[in-house]
Amino acid sequence: MARRVAIVGTGQTKHRSQRDDVNMMEIVYEAATAALQDAELSIQDIDAVLLGNMEMFEGRALPEMWCGEGAGGVYKHCLKIATGGTSGTSVAISGFQHAASGLFNIVMAIGFEKQSDGHTAAGMALTDPFWDRHVAAGAIGNFALSISQYVAARGVTREQAAKVAVKARRNACNNPYAHLQLPHITVEEVLSSPIIAYPVHRLDMCPTSDGACAVIYAEETRAKKICSRPAWVRAAVTRHDYSYLGDLKDRLISIRTLRDAARVAYAKVGIHEPLKEFDVAEIYEPVSYAELAWYEALGFCKEGEAGRLIDNGITLMDGELPVNPSGGVLSTNPIGASGTIRVAEAALQIHGKGGKRQVSGVNMALVTGYGVYSWSDVMILSSSPG
Amino acid sequence: MYPKVGIIGVSQTHFEVSKARQTISEMVFEIAQNALEDAGISWKDLDYTITSSVDLWDGSTASNATLTEVVGAVMKPEMRVAGDGLTAAFQGMLTILSGAAEVVLVISYSKESMSSRWGITNWVFDPIYQQTLGLDYLSAAALQTWAYFSRYGVTEEHCARVVIKNLTDAQGNPFAQRREKISIEDVLLSEVWASPIKALDVSPTSDGGSAVILASERVIRERKVEPVWILGAGRCLEGHYLGERDLTEGEALCRAARKAYNLAGIKNPFKEIEVAEISCTFSYQELLWSEILNFYPRGQATQLLEDWEAGLDGNLSINPSGGIMAGNPLIPAGLIRLVEAFLQVKGKAQGHQVQEVKRALAHGTDGPCGQGQCVMVVGS
Repeated sequence: MARRVAIVGTGQTKHRSQRDDVNMMEIVYEAATAALQDAELSIQDIDAVLLGNMEMFEGRALPEMWCGEGAGGVYKHCLKIATGGTSGTSVAISGFQHAASGLFNIVMAIGFEKQSDGHTAAGMALTDPFWDRHVAAGAIGNFALSISQYVAARGVTREQAAKVAVKARRNACNNPYAHLQLPHITVEEVLSSPIIAYPVHRLDMCPTSDGACAVIYAEETRAKKICSRPAWVRAAVTRHDYSYLGDLKDRLISIRTLRDAARVAYAKVGIHEPLKEFDVAEIYEPVSYAELAWYEALGFCKEGEAGRLIDNGITLMDGELPVNPSGGVLSTNPIGASGTIRVAEAALQIHGKGGKRQVSGVNMALVTGYGVYSWSDVMILSSSPG
Repeated sequence: MYPKVGIIGVSQTHFEVSKARQTISEMVFEIAQNALEDAGISWKDLDYTITSSVDLWDGSTASNATLTEVVGAVMKPEMRVAGDGLTAAFQGMLTILSGAAEVVLVISYSKESMSSRWGITNWVFDPIYQQTLGLDYLSAAALQTWAYFSRYGVTEEHCARVVIKNLTDAQGNPFAQRREKISIEDVLLSEVWASPIKALDVSPTSDGGSAVILASERVIRERKVEPVWILGAGRCLEGHYLGERDLTEGEALCRAARKAYNLAGIKNPFKEIEVAEISCTFSYQELLWSEILNFYPRGQATQLLEDWEAGLDGNLSINPSGGIMAGNPLIPAGLIRLVEAFLQVKGKAQGHQVQEVKRALAHGTDGPCGQGQCVMVVGS
């Protein structure tokens, strides 16, 4: 029988556009050390170390060979997971599976990316050489296409999208680790930033960041000893979709991967009214418009009502369901770590260690990961093992 | 090990210098289809797919993204282990043990014809101290060879005999790429690539891949299939800087093997395992790994050559398929070892079948000089 597993510690680096003070191995070390300190464990307590990273963005081959040492992976079970934008949630899910399998008791999963070491847009252009490389290179252009389609179908406005961008950067001011902290950002400022691919303004888009994030899992008996309020993993679901952009019908409108992953995860935990039953959500929003599309897919509102949700402030810090108190991917985006940060931030909220970004009384937290054209991960964390 | 995970089907390609007639997607589709057919299941039976590939070898970012359809992962979960294929099988086993899936496809491939083995492996080394020296897997292996030679008195001729042994055995393996008859002199006189390693001491670059289908004990009982059970597995990483490692001790392999043996309840692997398929990109590694895996006492692995040449390798056959020396790409090499171990236990290894195999060992490695190591023991 699979075992119950909880997150008992988290740690992350200060995320910046360029962390010249550390190399890739050292940035991993910074996150791993922070997580161990948070859980009050030593590296000897860890049975397995899992790394998540997109090596093409730094131009390294098998970076776990070099960076594994920084993560404390030497003489341990250590491997690397890479699944595009979902790498950070995939490695977190792998960490959960390791601890649940019965073969490992305490497991550390670390996502990391040092985008300043390479050229991410060039890396992202390396899609299928026959079909996609010419038309869908990079993240921004193909998003712009899907966003136009979404806007036409749902009637969300660019002001509503800009409100998401403002929410993220203001929330980030409460997060000492966040990359973009813009306390005075306004909707007008987002709308007057240059359009990088219609209708996406520069401030609608996530930044590129250097950073790493670690989460520590423990099986039930140890979790209760290590942590006074463990964040129990109640569901972890992955859905992937077609390889080619042109095959994805209504990519952002339907985002069927996220819908199905959420459906399965909600059923497992018994969630019927997500807006009411979750106390906080940390979702992977690479662009402001995507967050609105995810609201619908995650069942926070009816289709076409995502704009109303942000207009009414329901997902702000003092709203009914605060979404991304951390500032989200729009504020911090070290790609291989971006998903792990969502998991860590949700666990942090359950641990009650959120500091200025803490939402009060968090018992049920939702996490999503997003990657490639339309890949989704959903995790549900809870203060109760279920 | 309890609860149990079994292998219910496998497939591998014919390994070739170049499969220019197939794209990676076409090649992977063929591998996956054949594995499903071998297991007697259909695409809809799959709960989870674990792929193993490395972007730099594929020349594409998130290269697994181009394979979702051909590995059966549309609207299903897929996870990629970006490294050795046997480690992907380990992850696949954990996926089942954790309760996330009951039937898992594990698939690994590479087209080395599209890439540069030494160019890419130079990028594995840290960019500050080692990469700039021009180290790659080949030059690092040469350092390891000298360390091994000088400590244990192994010679270039012993390594040449390893090559002959593998290429001779490969003649019975219909999937092998390199099956030519060569002499010890051919090996010794082949071009020196990084002294003492010569061209014929190195596995040829190759295109191809393999897959296994893993299933939970419940599914296996329900379907009444005869699986090959995973009895034990271990994975371990060693330090990165060559100067900080004792290259002859193989601490990572030692620990990975100990874990796998403990789970499988094996005390004397030489007596309790009938076949070992081990990953040796370079000829000396078959000797070195055989010692660290505890098949032979330290410094005495050359005995395996004496045994093989006398036709006495009945106790423990090492690489009866011809191994990587006969041509397997770097990334899927470990998973191909697991496929071979499966075939031996099932008695389906055709021309290279070893008699009465109850337990077999598969070994995979990634990183320079065996920095990352994975061992799996399977049996009936």
